[in-house]
Amino acid sequence: MQFPKYFTFWQKVGMHSLRLTAWAVLAFLMIPILVIVPLSFNAEPYFTFTAGMLSLDSDAYSLKWYAEIINDDKWMLAIKNSFFIGLCATAIATVLGTLAAIGLSNPVMPFQRLIMAMLLSPMIVPLIITAAGMYFFYTQLGLSGSYLGIIIAHAALGTPFVIITVNAALSGFDYSLMRASLGLGATPGYTFFNVIMPLIRPGVISGALFAFVTSFDEVVVILFLAGPEQRTIPRQMFSGLREQINPTILAVAVLLVVLSALMLLTIEYLRARAEKIRTGEI
Amino acid sequence: MTDTSTTGQAPSSDDQYVRFINVKKSYDQHNLVVKDFNLDARKGEFVTLLGPSGSGKTTCLMMLAGFEDVTSGSILINGEPVNNIAPYHRNIGMVFQHYALFPHMTISENLAYPLKVRKKSADEVKRRVKESLALVELADFGKRYPGQLSGGQKQRVALARSLIFEPSIVLMDEPLGALDKNLREQMQFEIKRLHEDLGFTAIYVTHDQTEALTMSDRIAVFNDGIVEQCAAPEELYERPANSFVADFIGENNRIPGTVARIEGGRAQISLADGSSATTLNPNCPQPGEPCMLTIRPENLFIAGDTLRDNCIEASFTTRLYVGDSIRYFFKMSSGAELMVKALNDSQAPVLTPGALTRLTWDLADGLALDRAI
Repeated sequence: MQFPKYFTFWQKVGMHSLRLTAWAVLAFLMIPILVIVPLSFNAEPYFTFTAGMLSLDSDAYSLKWYAEIINDDKWMLAIKNSFFIGLCATAIATVLGTLAAIGLSNPVMPFQRLIMAMLLSPMIVPLIITAAGMYFFYTQLGLSGSYLGIIIAHAALGTPFVIITVNAALSGFDYSLMRASLGLGATPGYTFFNVIMPLIRPGVISGALFAFVTSFDEVVVILFLAGPEQRTIPRQMFSGLREQINPTILAVAVLLVVLSALMLLTIEYLRARAEKIRTGEI
Repeated sequence: MTDTSTTGQAPSSDDQYVRFINVKKSYDQHNLVVKDFNLDARKGEFVTLLGPSGSGKTTCLMMLAGFEDVTSGSILINGEPVNNIAPYHRNIGMVFQHYALFPHMTISENLAYPLKVRKKSADEVKRRVKESLALVELADFGKRYPGQLSGGQKQRVALARSLIFEPSIVLMDEPLGALDKNLREQMQFEIKRLHEDLGFTAIYVTHDQTEALTMSDRIAVFNDGIVEQCAAPEELYERPANSFVADFIGENNRIPGTVARIEGGRAQISLADGSSATTLNPNCPQPGEPCMLTIRPENLFIAGDTLRDNCIEASFTTRLYVGDSIRYFFKMSSGAELMVKALNDSQAPVLTPGALTRLTWDLADGLALDRAI
C-alpha cells in the first residue's frame, strides 16, 4: 500500500489495522451466508463439514439435497406459494405505493407528513404486532387461512417500500414536464404512462423488488395467518428446522441467496441507469 | 396599437384574438397576485409581459395555458371563453424556461409527441418532425437525447416542439432566462424569425427589458399584479405613463420637483434647487403637486455654445468610459444625481471633477411624472 511520505511508523500501523478491521467486519457479515453454500452440497445429512469435504474429495459432494427439493411435494408447494403470493402482493403494493407516492408528492396535498407516516407504519411497527393485529382482524373477515388474506397482508407490508423508492424517484422529477405534456395536448392519463412512468420506472421497479423480497422472506404473518395450504418457503424452512434436520434447508437457502443477489444487482443496475438518464449520459 | 373603444364599431375577432377581461388571481384567497388584468392581443401579434419577478406576469401566462385557475374574470381565445377548457384541449404551444424536454425521449421523439397525441399517421409524423428539425437548424440531431444537447440547442428543440402542432398561440415563459448573453441574442433573432415566418400569436414573459424592447410588438409592464402601461416599445421608452415604467424600461435621470403651472400643453416645473424647467405634459400631476422630472441620459447634453429649451447647473463628479460611449456623472446642489450619456467622438468634452457645468435638454425629452417611487 502506498502511503504519503510524511507518514510516521505508527500512522502506517494505524492505517494497516484500519484495513484489517474493515475486512474483518466484511468477513463477519458474509461468512454465515457463504458457509452454507458448500454445506448445501454435502453428501451426508449433516450440517457440518465432513473430512471428505475438507480434502475436496468429489464423492463427499452431491446435488442430492437440491434433488430432494424437487422431489418433495411440500417444498414444491412452498415454492409455488411463495412465488404466487409474492407476485400478487408485489403487484398490489406496486400499484398502490406508486399512486400514493405520486399523490403525496403533489404540493397541494394536505397532511402530507401525517399520511406518509401512517402509510410507512407497517415498516416501523414491530412485525409481530402487525401480524397479531392482522390475525384478529382477518379472522373476523374470514380472510385468515386464505391466499387472499395473505396476499393482502403482504401487500400492506410491501407498500411502504414502494412509496419510499418512488418518492425518491419523484424528488428529482421536473414537474414542468407534466405541464409540457398537457400543453402539448396529452391527457393526464397519457401523460402518466408516457412521461411520468418512464421517468420514475427505476424507482417503481426497485420498490417492486423490495416488496417482493419482503413477501418472500416473511414468516411471522404467515405463522399467524397461513393454513397448511399456504405454506411458503420460509414457513417450510421453519418447520423443516424443527422436524427433519437435513441439508435440504441449506439448498433452499442457497437458492434464496442467489435470488436475492440477482435482485440486488438489478436494483443497482437500474439505479445507475436512472442516474445516467438524469445527467444525460445516455 | 388599435384602440378599439374609440372606433365605435365592433372589433373583429382578429383584433381581439386573445382577451383577458378583468382577470384576477389569488392563490390563498387573501392576496391578489394578479389584480385586474385586461389585454387584447391581435392575431399574429407579439405581446410581451414584462415586469420584476413576483409581479404576476407568469401567473397570467399560466392562466392562459390553463395550468392555473382564474379566480375571477375571463379569458377568451378567438371569442370563446376558455376558463372551463382543460389545458390539453386549448391547443396552445408553450415554451418553458428550463426547456421541459422529455429526457427519456430522443429529440425526434420529443418533436413527435404532440403529433402522436393527435393520432397523426406515421408518415406525417416523420415528415413534420424532419421539417421541424430543419426549421430550427438541428437536422442531424434527431437521434440524440436532450441530455446531449447544449442549452441553446435544447431551447431550439423546445421551440420547435411548441410549434410543430401548428398552434395559433405560443406562450413563452422566460425562454431565454437560462442562456448566456450571446446565445440569448441569437435566440431572440431565431424566435423573431419564426414568429414572422409562421405568424402565430406570441405571448412572451420576461423580466429582461432589452429582450422585451427588441422583440415585441407591444409590451405590458407589470408591477405588483397590475399593468402599469401596455404599449409599443417606442411609446414605452419615449412616453412612459408613470415613473415606474420610466425607471423599469431603460435608464433615467430623475429630478424631484413641483408642478408650478400647466398651460397650453406645457408644464412648468420648479426644481428643488430653485431652477425651473418646462416639459410637455402628457400626464403630469396637478399644479402644486410634487412630481418627478425624468430625462433619458442620451437626451441630456453638456451645454456647449448652443443651449436647448431647458438648462440646469450641476457639478461634475466622475465619468465612466464604456467604449462606444462615455457616461458623465453630475450632482445638483439639491442632491439629485444625473448622468449624461455621450457618444465617444471628437466632441466628447473633458471635465475636471467639481466643475460646475450646464446641462441642457429639449422640451420634448423631459417628462413630468408622478413621484410614486
